[in-house]
Amino acid sequence: MRRARTWLPGLLLVAPSIVLIGVFVYGMLGWNFRVAMTDQHDAVSEGKFVGLQNFVDIWGQPRWHLSVNHAIVFTIVFVLGALLLGWLLAFLMEKGIRGEGTFRAIYLFPMAISFVATGIVWRWLMNSGTQERAVGLNRLFDWIGLPQWQWFRDPDWGMAAMALPAIWQMSGYVMALFLAGFRGVPEELREAARVDGCTEWGVYRHVVLPLLRPVTLSALIILGHISLKVFDLIVAVSGKQIITDVPAVFMWVAVFDSNDPAKGATIASYIVLSVAIFVIPYLIWSVRKERRS
Amino acid sequence: MRRWLAAVSITMASVLGLAACGGGGGGQTAQAPAASGDGKQQVEVFSWWTGPGEADGLQAMRKIFEDQNPNYTFFDAAVAGGSGDKAKALLQSKLQANTPPDTFQGHAGAELQGYIKAGHLEDLTPLYDELKLKDVFPAQLVEQISVDGKIYSVPVNIHRSNVLWFNPSVLKEAGVAGAPKTIEEFLAALEKVKATGKIPLSIGSEWTVTHLLESVLLGTLGADAYNALFKPGADWNGPQVTTALQNFAKIMEYAGDPQDDWQPAAKQVADGQAAFTIMGDWAYGYFHNPPEGGLGKTSKTDFDWAPSPGTEGTYLWLSDSFTLPKGARNRDGAMAWLKVAAGKEGQDAFNPKKGSIPARKDADQSLYTDYLADALKDWSSDKLAGSIQHGVAVNQPWLAAINEAVGLYLGSKDVKALQQGLADAATANAQ
Repeated sequence: MRRARTWLPGLLLVAPSIVLIGVFVYGMLGWNFRVAMTDQHDAVSEGKFVGLQNFVDIWGQPRWHLSVNHAIVFTIVFVLGALLLGWLLAFLMEKGIRGEGTFRAIYLFPMAISFVATGIVWRWLMNSGTQERAVGLNRLFDWIGLPQWQWFRDPDWGMAAMALPAIWQMSGYVMALFLAGFRGVPEELREAARVDGCTEWGVYRHVVLPLLRPVTLSALIILGHISLKVFDLIVAVSGKQIITDVPAVFMWVAVFDSNDPAKGATIASYIVLSVAIFVIPYLIWSVRKERRS
Repeated sequence: MRRWLAAVSITMASVLGLAACGGGGGGQTAQAPAASGDGKQQVEVFSWWTGPGEADGLQAMRKIFEDQNPNYTFFDAAVAGGSGDKAKALLQSKLQANTPPDTFQGHAGAELQGYIKAGHLEDLTPLYDELKLKDVFPAQLVEQISVDGKIYSVPVNIHRSNVLWFNPSVLKEAGVAGAPKTIEEFLAALEKVKATGKIPLSIGSEWTVTHLLESVLLGTLGADAYNALFKPGADWNGPQVTTALQNFAKIMEYAGDPQDDWQPAAKQVADGQAAFTIMGDWAYGYFHNPPEGGLGKTSKTDFDWAPSPGTEGTYLWLSDSFTLPKGARNRDGAMAWLKVAAGKEGQDAFNPKKGSIPARKDADQSLYTDYLADALKDWSSDKLAGSIQHGVAVNQPWLAAINEAVGLYLGSKDVKALQQGLADAATANAQ
């Protein structure tokens, strides 16, 4: 009884959120996996258990390959772009420029906008019209003499263009992470390096960057999981067109247009698994780190 | 002890909060129709008529509804997006959550099959008997929208999908004598326009390409072979379909940069940037209506029309209709709306604005001038074929599969894969 008194109040406090998360996150996830393993291919049928059949079959569909490729291109361009740009902004900011607060606010503002609003603006900016029909960025490029481009309608690199609005939106956030990281590097360490005859570049290369590794990893995880489940941005820019198809849009079409719950659930499962590849090692790593300290 | 009390009270509060949420959600289906401040009952009408032209037509019909039914207010639950693709996704989730709108727009024909199979729709045959609608709608239309002898929707209008819109001055400049009548003439005309540097054929987002495909299929195959494609056991792998798809591929080589939707594509024709576009006759309202809702262009000089190449004498039709979902909160209000939608006055108010012809045979012919007079004439004499993209010939999953094949084709330009995709779509989904 005495021991219960120490843990029971705490448990009671967290019980509602455990129940909520248990039902609405893990319960729904479990249900989704269950549907994915049935042959419920229309809205009314019962659905028999078919094991991993759907997970195998989907690789036979050309659209699935296309949407996975798109997701990979988008993820690489978006994650690298946002990391590099965010790092660069933080690096410049860290030099202690005048009006830093203002710049920081300007770069962080895009974070306050939803992907849908961003997408609608960028749909216009990235309009594929060229020459006299050019609007948005193509008009600007025309004006300053740069080559015009099809943007997200480019058959090969369209998804790279699609990552631009996402980079625009998230790089300010990455900047804030890195800036905090930079500020967390003790000045003594840098001075010690300088005293030992290290160049300014060497200070960054050998002292600051290694200390930023945890921040980089966090940024990578955050950007990576946003990228793999991207849906709203794509739909706002191009709707559900195949040319910018990604797994989340394919899932939407499978459920709402094709009325195929099992296929939609299969795609949803793959999205969850791909995000898990990012998140689980991170969780293991941070648990280990906590134990060590 | 204090800690205990705090913990228990917080837990109880959360549990109560949860229960309140659950009660709110569950109670919604049983709610009485929402009443506005002056005691009027709302009728929620769900459609995808938000674009120029179509929204004006809906407003005209709304006015008649509110004049005839002073007890009801019209609640416009329209969702933007041509061809209703976004609206349909939202509707699907509303139906699954058992919170349907009081009445929703759906294309008459195979598109409604999914809703009927899932038991979402009420049989409207009694309404047809009460209003004697079977006498005023064309027999072929009634036959097409019946499922096992029951009718589940009230068609408001008839649209034509196979219309070639063109800019006469661009054609003149390119040396094209008139609207091409066959696919070969069409290809020759496109080539001539290309030489002038204008866009030969303007297209919108991917669904407008499927729309183009159905016109090319019909233009190559003819009405009978086209209609046979949607019967069980149809041959989508045959050489005729191959020819049609090769024609489609040739035509697509002349397409301009895809626009965001059909309106910007039509605007390119109206503005003289492009020569042709193949779009349904809802484009007429957009071309012709005054600038707040349309482009305010003059027909025959700024824009002109003809049946799409090779389809003269066939009306590739589609129809917008309204339904009565099971569990509508304001069923009486929905019935009142359906009566307006089925009535002569409602249809004659809606259709001239929308740029369509009434489904009723007794419409006031004097209201339909210009393009619509042509359409009324053709509707009474032409053979009929059902549209693919607009839900007459194929159900939703089949259409999704066709759109997928067309979308993949736009990336790969592989005609063989397109035909295989279409054939697979037919085998998987034909009823």
